[in-house]
Amino acid sequence: MPSPPDPIDFRPGNATRGALDDASRDGERATEGVAAQLLALGEQLREEGVAVGTSELLDAFAVLREIPWTSQGEFREALAATLAKSQDDRRVFELVFDRFFFRAVELAAVSECVEREGTTNAAAALEELSETELDALRLQIAAAIRDGAEGAMRDLARLAIATFGAQEQGSGVIGVDVQRIRRALGLRAEPQPELPPEDPRREGLPRESLRRFEAMLRRELERSQVQRTGRLPPARPLGDLDRALPSGPLADLAAVHRVVAQLRRRLATQGKQSKGRRRHAHVDVRRTMRASLQTGGVPVELRFRPQRPRRPEIYVLCDVSTSVTSASVFFLSVLHALHDAFRKMRSFVFIERISEVTDVFERERDFKAISERISSDAGVADISGYTDYGRVWSELLEQIGDELHPRATLIVLGDARTNGRDPRAELFAQVATRAGRTFWLNPEPRLYWNYGDSVIAAYEQWCTAFECWTTTQLEDFVNALTRPHLAPMR
Amino acid sequence: MSNGARVGAAIPTSSQQVADGLRSVGYLPSESTALVSYLATKLGKPVLVEGPAGVGKTELAKALARYLDRELIRLQCYEGLDEAKALYEWNYRKQLLRIQAEASDAGWEAVQQDIFGEEFLLARPLMSAIASEQPVVLLIDEIDKTDQEFEAMLLEVLSDFQISIPELGKVSSTTRPVVLLTSNNSRELTEALKRRCLYLWLDYPALEHELEIVKLHAPDLPETVAQRLVEVIGMVRELDLKKPPSIAESIDWARALLLLGANDIDTQTFNETMSVIVKHRTDMDIVAERVGLKLAREAEPADAQPA
Repeated sequence: MPSPPDPIDFRPGNATRGALDDASRDGERATEGVAAQLLALGEQLREEGVAVGTSELLDAFAVLREIPWTSQGEFREALAATLAKSQDDRRVFELVFDRFFFRAVELAAVSECVEREGTTNAAAALEELSETELDALRLQIAAAIRDGAEGAMRDLARLAIATFGAQEQGSGVIGVDVQRIRRALGLRAEPQPELPPEDPRREGLPRESLRRFEAMLRRELERSQVQRTGRLPPARPLGDLDRALPSGPLADLAAVHRVVAQLRRRLATQGKQSKGRRRHAHVDVRRTMRASLQTGGVPVELRFRPQRPRRPEIYVLCDVSTSVTSASVFFLSVLHALHDAFRKMRSFVFIERISEVTDVFERERDFKAISERISSDAGVADISGYTDYGRVWSELLEQIGDELHPRATLIVLGDARTNGRDPRAELFAQVATRAGRTFWLNPEPRLYWNYGDSVIAAYEQWCTAFECWTTTQLEDFVNALTRPHLAPMR
Repeated sequence: MSNGARVGAAIPTSSQQVADGLRSVGYLPSESTALVSYLATKLGKPVLVEGPAGVGKTELAKALARYLDRELIRLQCYEGLDEAKALYEWNYRKQLLRIQAEASDAGWEAVQQDIFGEEFLLARPLMSAIASEQPVVLLIDEIDKTDQEFEAMLLEVLSDFQISIPELGKVSSTTRPVVLLTSNNSRELTEALKRRCLYLWLDYPALEHELEIVKLHAPDLPETVAQRLVEVIGMVRELDLKKPPSIAESIDWARALLLLGANDIDTQTFNETMSVIVKHRTDMDIVAERVGLKLAREAEPADAQPA
């Protein structure tokens, strides 16, 4: 996380810590200032998609009355507790908070014409560095990143800009400059075995601190840009990359697992809900009689036999052909999660023909091992590598046609691109009518459906199709399941 | 419905005070935990606490109750929880007996007025929290396990701290309870509910923080072992497990090691006691493979054992 603007940068006595310190110094006028700033912050959060309502802002004002403003940590935490109501929101909040107060401080600095010497002086002093000294600096930076030393990293970021940034006076585009400096420093997350053993870069640097260091470089470059031009650049909305939680594939996997766990609950309770709660419950005479003893033999409370939730049976077909390569990791993680959640489930992967992979998922826990095994010996990567849906349906009918019954749920994960072959929708119709419910999860944006060789329309009349390639959309799919008209029970 | 003569502790005046107070009752809060708890007592707003299982969400509520010297009222949520179990219920049997007893001589009007009195009301957790004369700490545990309808019902309770009973009228709270809602994030909660709460995310603690917690709960454990323990736990949490070990499990493990009189966590002790922190068959294989081997490699070759 990029650290807040550093007061050392500014000459003492100037109004540098933004409106906040002003506010604590001279009461009435500044209170208005803070209110305006806070509203502006709320506005920016809204622009980034955080649901900040008026009530949240009122809460924010209420909490600020209760805490001292001198401690930045408390100030930030208190605002976060009222404005950001989920982990994702919290992440966006941190970014917007930093950006907002950074800009507020810079704006104050510009309007007061504060000048700083720090960086320029350092540049002059460092211009004549020899190659060995540069190497020492590289090592020092790498070591600081490896240890995750916040303060050292910030100082060294400034030094790095002075040394490597000044050489070509920068490209003017901050993102490009950051990457150029990173390359010049030889900082990489991957191990670099060609380096000598004592070099901290040899084992690869931790991704998280590397990201923090880049953020510091960016911040310093922005600061010097503001200083050069004497005004603020236009505010940049957060990109998807900034917004994404710093997560590996494992965290994504966890998110998919969470959504699928909901799916299981929905599927398990669905039948009951659509039937109405008690309509088909059977009165348990014995228990009713026993209960009636307490009320003098009058059966006041009817006791019902508990309804056993029926065990959902799931069949999943997953496309692993080249046209869905980008989505297949997602698909496989969905499969993985489904297997975790459901006992009675069979899964198939297909390209040209289908191949059952239930065993693979039941034996292996490790996601990586699973994807390797499926790509190597599931026996689907043969022949042409083009999907043949017609053949897939006929093989599916052959293999599980007799097993399908109205209580079964069939989920197809695929893009419905037939490569010009016959879609054989009539076969799919047979499969879909035998299964109780059929869902199609298509990894393509709805816009591209039915263009080119996509034949989703032919299948869609027999099933409910969803656009699905992110966890959020998977969640939408799960939510849609509860709406009865989308999930007809027969 | 009263709780006897309990005198609640004074309302704290800074988050530092809350932090110290929680410490004194055996809960080590992080900075944000203390701050949000402080704000909750001060503003009387409910707090939505989210985080992985076993990081001390429920424990926080208990500690707050101990620290503020208030009664803890707990509502454990589950699928299918309804108003009758959460708010109030009429005591049908008692009503019925009263009707039988009075039916002969009193008219219907009189009986009707009679049987819908407070005497026949069975207060459930939410009701008792609101009607209590002394301020309480109300814990609504695992709110994500309930249905959305129940959440909607909670809205009235959480924003106005009052319950409408058709036959009796409104019951409003005389004191502001401190309300904590916990969620394991197994389902997205509605915006309306979140809007009414302060938000607190509890995560697995940092190494030093967890070390402190372990030492608090197992003070006799040698320093080196405790240090080693939190490091190993950290390693285990990095793996892709069905159920990563929580703080509760670290504490259990610390106690188990204490009982065994372990002086170091080597491969053998680890493999013998692993079942304390890992609760799934498949997870155990993964952990034995990854962490067990690592421990063996770190130990001297003499006492290294194949995992």
